[in-house]
Amino acid sequence: MQETVIQQARVPQPRTSELKKRLWKNKLLYVMLLPGIFYFIIFKYIPMFGLTIAFQDYKPFKGFGGSEWVGFKHFERLFTEPDFLNILTNTLLLFGMNLLFYFPVPIILALMLNEVRTSFFKRTFQTLVYLPHFMSWVIIVSISFVMLTSDGGIVNELLVYFGFEKINFLLSPEWFRPTYILQVIWREAGWGTIIYLAAIASVDPGLYEAARMDGAGRLRQVWHITLPAIRSVIIILLILKIGDVLELGFEHVYLLINSMNRDVAEIIDTYVYTAGLRQGQFSYSTAIGFFKSFIGLVLVMGANRLAKKMGEEGVY
Amino acid sequence: MVEDKTLSGRLFQIVNFTLLAIIALVTVLPFLHVVAGSFTTSAEMAVKKFILVPTIWSLDAYKFIFSTDTIFRAMAVSSGVTLFGTAFSMFTTALMAYGLSRRDLDGRKAIMFLVVFTMLFSGGLIPTFLVVKEMGLINSYAALVIPSAISAFNLIIMKNFFQNIPEGLEESAKIDGCNDFGILFRIVLPLSMPAIATISLFYAVTYWNTYLSAILYLDDSAKWPIQVLLRQIVVLASGMDYSSNLDAAVPPPDQTVKMAVIVVATLPILIVYPFLQKHFSKGAMLGSIKG
Repeated sequence: MQETVIQQARVPQPRTSELKKRLWKNKLLYVMLLPGIFYFIIFKYIPMFGLTIAFQDYKPFKGFGGSEWVGFKHFERLFTEPDFLNILTNTLLLFGMNLLFYFPVPIILALMLNEVRTSFFKRTFQTLVYLPHFMSWVIIVSISFVMLTSDGGIVNELLVYFGFEKINFLLSPEWFRPTYILQVIWREAGWGTIIYLAAIASVDPGLYEAARMDGAGRLRQVWHITLPAIRSVIIILLILKIGDVLELGFEHVYLLINSMNRDVAEIIDTYVYTAGLRQGQFSYSTAIGFFKSFIGLVLVMGANRLAKKMGEEGVY
Repeated sequence: MVEDKTLSGRLFQIVNFTLLAIIALVTVLPFLHVVAGSFTTSAEMAVKKFILVPTIWSLDAYKFIFSTDTIFRAMAVSSGVTLFGTAFSMFTTALMAYGLSRRDLDGRKAIMFLVVFTMLFSGGLIPTFLVVKEMGLINSYAALVIPSAISAFNLIIMKNFFQNIPEGLEESAKIDGCNDFGILFRIVLPLSMPAIATISLFYAVTYWNTYLSAILYLDDSAKWPIQVLLRQIVVLASGMDYSSNLDAAVPPPDQTVKMAVIVVATLPILIVYPFLQKHFSKGAMLGSIKG
């Protein structure tokens, strides 16, 4: 009886020593991982832990430990403040425009580009439309400002030439959203085609052959072969896009915002910056940021689950 | 695919081709307009409005923006941050990616999960700012580099690339007495040039385009990188709202001057772009499809 107990106790023994041996053998690999692990802990995980200041009345001089706990006070303020409803609406509207007007563009561009037979033209086209992706938002916004200004900008000169009134694109609230979405398309649409083109390239050419035998024209081939073939890629990118729901680009909006269009332009990110860093409301703006990150996480998980239900792979 | 010789097929080709050509033009013309505008006089610009090739060439705008050392200083800051930042990021990313690419490493999955999770959820602006502040990085150039040293996305691309290198190579190096550092620097990295070129480009472009961390962490305007200065000159001068920040005695810069600043801030990207362009579509696909 005693023997068996001892034996049972001994069984895991070799395993742990084997693990120890493996760990020791790979010690250099762990040393290599260290800087990266430190980076992620300090700059990603400690800030996540820092979200707890949303439940405090954080005072910089008292610090994290000394500040008073106030529970859900800041979250309650969030849902009663009319300002918050406004920025939430603005944020969701820009997100909706992104899905509706931007998301399909790379798909359509990739499908069009796939029909081009001359590889020289194809390559040149790709080189040109990828370029804006590498420009900062400051550069993109600066170029559009130079072109859209009512003070000698080419767009307004053209409007005058064709007998229209000048439009003050940069200062009028109703032009903020169109300007925003056109800039997004200008900067990202070309770059967005890369993944779709890769997916299209892996479609079996025999399928097109067969479809042509059955008398399918170009558009029917696109509809019945290419699109179904890249369906899963479209769904993955859609999930990722939904995960970015509130990630509309602080820089982009911050550069476009001014006192004339603030009512329609202020989004969660810019509000967190102004209320938090400019006005020192650390805890309140952290609560807003927390709300945003949390909604983003819930949405991406929801979208992923939905994709799996529809028989797709999902992101994770 | 076989060329479609029918009338409708040809018509389709022509329409498709024309549309794509127009899209390419619409993408690029604004850049050309700005470059051409920066090389002409403000008088010419005021008359012509839209220029692709200047009839009167002039360097006035460039002489004006380089008449003080503000732009030089901002360029030097941006170049330094880009150079050091890219080197630092590549080093830390390669080390971590290599460790994570080794299938025999215990705990690899857990660490990967922690990395991927940061792509889904984050502490957000204020808590991150407080951490950077606590570390005493405010107003130092290190604040532009260290808090953004590793991009989880780039890390995953690199890890996937390393994983595709045949394990036999690493094993034979080990038999020859190479340790893990030796394998990484003598075997894995030299075999990963396309990935290294791509990811260096991504990092370098990010550092050159640094804007948000600069306005968050640098109070001292003498330390501004070029992107912040560009916003000050172009966006604020025409945005009216914050123009009180600028010296009221100085007239707003005219179009050609703004264009010249845009060109200067874009130039480094335009210079490296053609060299690295052939690599990145391959690299980007690698990351996005498998990642």
